[in-house]
Amino acid sequence: MSKKNPEYDFKWCPGCGDFGVRRAIEMAMQQWMIKTEIPVEQNVVVAGIGCSGNTVHLLEGQQPYGFHGIHGRSLPLAMGVKMGNPELNVLVVAGDGDFLSIGGEHIAPQAARNLNICVVIMDNGVYGLTKGQSSPTTELGTITPSTPFGKIETPVQPLNLYITLGVSFVASSFSSKVKDMADLILQGMEHPGFAIVHVNSPCTTYNDTYSILKGDPKNNIAPLVYDIPEEHDSSDRDAAFALVQADGIPLGLVYKDPDSSSFEQRLAGTMKNAKARTTDDIFNSLVI
Amino acid sequence: MKREDFIIRFAGEGGQGMVTSADGLAQAASMAGFHVQTFSTFPSQILGGPTWTQTRISTSPVRSSGDAIDVLVCFNREAYDNHKSEVRDDGVIIYNTGDFELDSDGKSFGLPFEELAKSTGNARAENMVVIGAFAQLVNMPQEYLDEFVTKRFSRGRTGDEEIIRSNIEAMHLGRAEAEASGFSLAEMADPVKPEYEQILIKGNEAVSAGAMAAGVNFYVGYPISPATPILIAMERNLVGENQFAYQASSEIEAINAIIGGSYTGKKAMTATSGPGLSLMSEAIGMAWMTEIPFVVVNVQRGGPATGLPTKTEQSDFQLALHPAHGDSAIPVIAAGTVEECFYATVAAFNWAERYQGPVILLSEMMLADRAQNIPRPDLSKLKIENRDVYSGPEGYLRYEAKELSPMPLPGSPGSYIANASEHDPYGDTTHLPERHVQMMERRFSKLKLLEDGEYESQNTEASIAVMPWGGSKGPTEEAYELLLEHGQHTAWYYTMFLHPLPAKLLEELLQKDLVIVPELNFQGQFSSYLRSLGVKAESITQYTGLPFNVGNLAQQLEERLGAGTKGMVNV
Repeated sequence: MSKKNPEYDFKWCPGCGDFGVRRAIEMAMQQWMIKTEIPVEQNVVVAGIGCSGNTVHLLEGQQPYGFHGIHGRSLPLAMGVKMGNPELNVLVVAGDGDFLSIGGEHIAPQAARNLNICVVIMDNGVYGLTKGQSSPTTELGTITPSTPFGKIETPVQPLNLYITLGVSFVASSFSSKVKDMADLILQGMEHPGFAIVHVNSPCTTYNDTYSILKGDPKNNIAPLVYDIPEEHDSSDRDAAFALVQADGIPLGLVYKDPDSSSFEQRLAGTMKNAKARTTDDIFNSLVI
Repeated sequence: MKREDFIIRFAGEGGQGMVTSADGLAQAASMAGFHVQTFSTFPSQILGGPTWTQTRISTSPVRSSGDAIDVLVCFNREAYDNHKSEVRDDGVIIYNTGDFELDSDGKSFGLPFEELAKSTGNARAENMVVIGAFAQLVNMPQEYLDEFVTKRFSRGRTGDEEIIRSNIEAMHLGRAEAEASGFSLAEMADPVKPEYEQILIKGNEAVSAGAMAAGVNFYVGYPISPATPILIAMERNLVGENQFAYQASSEIEAINAIIGGSYTGKKAMTATSGPGLSLMSEAIGMAWMTEIPFVVVNVQRGGPATGLPTKTEQSDFQLALHPAHGDSAIPVIAAGTVEECFYATVAAFNWAERYQGPVILLSEMMLADRAQNIPRPDLSKLKIENRDVYSGPEGYLRYEAKELSPMPLPGSPGSYIANASEHDPYGDTTHLPERHVQMMERRFSKLKLLEDGEYESQNTEASIAVMPWGGSKGPTEEAYELLLEHGQHTAWYYTMFLHPLPAKLLEELLQKDLVIVPELNFQGQFSSYLRSLGVKAESITQYTGLPFNVGNLAQQLEERLGAGTKGMVNV
């Protein structure tokens, strides 16, 4: 919605990381439209359920098309939108619960197809909208309303998982670094294939990790995030694995398959010699 | 006297050629001008297991697979033991001496299927040996069979001639053995070849062709018995620019993908069976909420859960009507014959595009796999409806109107948010009571656009009516004719359009003292729906995994009619 809608009563909490992610998406989309000279209606934002999903309603300025689907199914929905009209720029917004828990089964097939969309994940390590339960990225042992004696499962390592599943573009960001994030999202849109920009976007109400991520010198906490050094070769999958398996959270472009060919390109390739059959052709083959 | 109707059953182990025998005989007979229908039933495994197929051949259109068997072909001993009791008193059993021997039972003779086929130099001609033997028993002229074999195997390949020769020789060998056996059935009446062009087609093929005729250009599916042939047909045929047919990783992916495709303006479809429809539940609710059109074909099988994947049942009606949580009532069309599989699919697309929402098309295992001769549909006479697309400037409110409104497409001005949450006119989430009321009424009001479906009726002045739905139409039609012959004065109603019912049909049904619904499920799902509309309806149910037996159904109907409206539950 371009201006305040009195009927729409959803709000992010003050200080929520998602404000920064929204701004970065707006910036990236603006730059994309200037670069490609496509009108705003050529962009579609597909969202799932959670605080992240509300991004589709909270974008400011010129409005793209939006689809606020059911919990966990943003990827198959986005596949339909992209393959229905490959000219569209399709952006998915989802959270760690939506994308990695209920929607986890959809990542591998899209990576295998190399669906040509850009996904922005807002990872706050918690189920915020349902008030604080543990999510796939919540740390081991954490006490939440749904893990009253501490979380039992080993947390998912999202970047490691994406590279393992064959995602052809993997970037990492932090909600406070809006400009860098916008640049990564733009690169993700330009990438011919499945691009994920995974953003650490803290929840100030249930899982405020700002000081852990940024560090807090006063309390002797070293920052967890760091910029990926320039010498990192993002086209090297082994180097990417080494980076995401080391301590800390690297920020920047982790991996980009230089030979990526998108789902629609692959499809066109296999269809080169396929001959369409009409209803008449079918009937002709069945005539008694 | 010449006979006008024959039923031949092939029974044995999966992989022994039962399907090719039944299909081959159906092709041969239909080419000669007979009306045919096949039936098959088998276990859910790649090869083996007790399997049987049946071909019914008649001089008039065939409506059911038939009750008593004229000729039973047994490929193994188990088949003989399990099926011999269904052979008519004057019927004949042919058994495979390559597999087992029998003492004379007065109606059987042995035939070395494999040995005779091998002697022609073509070991694959076993089914031709059997078809030849059957033709001899019913005095079917060999020229019909020669024409069929020649046409079927003239494929422009080297070796065609040899294959044609060996197949025809196999038929002659089968004939000679049948003649030597001394058995014979009544002579088959001459066929009356229809003036119009015909095709021999299976239910699933007819659904696929109907979808293509309606202009489907976006298909995503997932393999599941007995709907898989629709996925295969779509992937094979739907290629080229602006066409997309694809096998997804699950039914959940498939349904969400076709919703995404339709949102961009595509005519979208998926086909599945019970378990898949269960998985699609939530997304179908989303499509009702966001007003996105598409067709879900549900080829029913036995349920619940994995149930009976390769058997037939009509037990998904209530699920089709209410597949999702919350208030919704999805339009449902059910095909009752192979021919209707084609026209019902076209109608389902028209409904979906007209009211802008999901439509569920019910088919059934017994229709999906059934081959039948039907008049070739005249594509030029089809009425194809397309979506009302918004073409104005930016600033449109997609959901502002109280009823149907044009749908904007991404890529053109008119951006909005398709929102699975309750929404305001633009598509933003809302919780206001008056908005929920407005949107609920908007969504339900659109069903009014679908009340003009066609229906069949006969003897409408009678106070008690018979009204089957779906694939029970054929057996019920035959049973109904028996009732008329027996002097019963009963009305007949039938429609493919189950929800919403044609408004005029509902008016007529409401005036009846009793509407009897033969249906293949335990609970009487369709009569329960009719009762919810105020119709005094009761079911005759069957849940064997097999279609109705005509004689048995006629008897049950007569018993029910004899009881009149006594003891009926008041609506």
